[in-house]
Amino acid sequence: MGLGSYISTVFSSVKSLLSGMKLTGYYFTHHKEIVTQQYPENKREGALILPERFRGEVTMPHDENNEHRCTGCQSCELSCPNGSIKIITKQEVQPDGKKKKAIDTWVYHLDMCTFCNLCIEACPTQAIVMGQEFEHSVFDKKKLKKILNKPDSKLKAGVE
Amino acid sequence: MIEHNLLEPDMITEDGDFVINIGPQHPSTHGVLHLKVWLDGETVKKVEPHLGYIHRSIEKMCESLSYRQYIFSTSRMDYLSAHINNQACALAVEMGLGVEVPDRAKVIRTILAELTRLASHALWWGCMGLDLGAVTPFFYAFREREFINDIMEETCGARLTQNFIVPGGLMADIHPNFVPKTKELIKMFRANIDEYNQLLTGNVIFQQRTQNVGFLSKEAAISYGTSGPVARASGVSCDVRKHYPYDAYDRVQFKEILGTTGDSWERYVIRIDEMRESLSIIEQLIDNIPEGDIVAKTKQVIKLPKGEFYSRVETARGELGVLLVSDGGSTPYRVKFRSPNFSNLSALGHIAKGSKIGDLVAMMATLDLVIPDVDR
Repeated sequence: MGLGSYISTVFSSVKSLLSGMKLTGYYFTHHKEIVTQQYPENKREGALILPERFRGEVTMPHDENNEHRCTGCQSCELSCPNGSIKIITKQEVQPDGKKKKAIDTWVYHLDMCTFCNLCIEACPTQAIVMGQEFEHSVFDKKKLKKILNKPDSKLKAGVE
Repeated sequence: MIEHNLLEPDMITEDGDFVINIGPQHPSTHGVLHLKVWLDGETVKKVEPHLGYIHRSIEKMCESLSYRQYIFSTSRMDYLSAHINNQACALAVEMGLGVEVPDRAKVIRTILAELTRLASHALWWGCMGLDLGAVTPFFYAFREREFINDIMEETCGARLTQNFIVPGGLMADIHPNFVPKTKELIKMFRANIDEYNQLLTGNVIFQQRTQNVGFLSKEAAISYGTSGPVARASGVSCDVRKHYPYDAYDRVQFKEILGTTGDSWERYVIRIDEMRESLSIIEQLIDNIPEGDIVAKTKQVIKLPKGEFYSRVETARGELGVLLVSDGGSTPYRVKFRSPNFSNLSALGHIAKGSKIGDLVAMMATLDLVIPDVDR
């Protein structure tokens, strides 16, 4: 490489560097075009909007009468690829004397869940939905084992 | 102390070569890749990748899962093209079942796959700069990637490991915001590729570090089994989307970008051009999403007939093949993944031989390796 081409390379390098810095300088002076958000400050400011389909954790909605829609069919347990769901059922005596299967505890192992949505797909009665909570970290692993049905909750009438 | 270290048998070979280890905890290896490098001064004489640090036996795991369940685990192979991996798995099951996927699902799958490719290439571009010491590109690339992730989050519910595909179609219909947001992305991305070029492509220092190093000839590219942008940079026409169109790729017009020289610079340029092609594919499809079902009817417990089913797709890194062997039961008898990164990594020894150690990281960056896909 001759001296002339060496010097011209140096100058063209500096020129290309400056053209890159022109771009960074543009964003340095145009604060409104910066899209970065500060977490967790954006939570307080209400800038953190999660879409309704966001898969945070499996939840079981209960209505005001403490009733859920889970019949205990265990479709979700079968569809779960990593065994995060365990449903313990019991036989409940109906008012007319017949026995019927109902859930006793709906155990959800959040520590094993991969949020694949297959259980919600499999549920025939829409008893479970994906919640919006995403800050799952706890100091004790035992807290990640959750029981989703509330105490003394009942199956909603009419859900088969 | 130093003298003692030098006398260690592993450090210096009989020929006087210096042996160093790069990784498995090195930021530029993009994961837990361990490279053993034989050096003569600064010249690389031999590179030996050591694998297995992130082996999770996904293939074996899939054999105990049903055909509906095994799709999700493949998101964890090449996590940057998770959606395309899922697509390959679903295509294999659909081939076995003989179901016809509804047109709407086909088109949406293709758009999502191209969005995944864009996100993956954007991340690669950021990391490429980072590997060569330029930190700024990383933040610019994440701006676009974040936008794509938001689109994914809105429609699929997850940002990275979407698991939106079920055998026969899609899990849900697209979100009402999907079409306008994707159109906005196309507009934004086109303008931002020019910013990419201004920031990094036009930089003379960057050009001199990538041009005329890391040659991979056409013959070597074929013999090492490379695919994707790595092989196309060497002039091998190997785009699965073009040669064996799946889903909706047969109804779009796009160019297969081929290089000639096969050096690091060519591999860089090809990916930048591929981003433009992906944008044009999305642009062709986004206005023509047909109405109709999003999923074909399949039984709750899928059982494939006895036999072997092979599907292939083009991920952001190359050709992914899924081989399913079925014995007629509800779980696969054997699952084999032909992953693009494994073959692309095998070419690294050939590419790096005889070059300087400073260029090794640049070459590795242009291969765009994702280590969990190498080990599976």
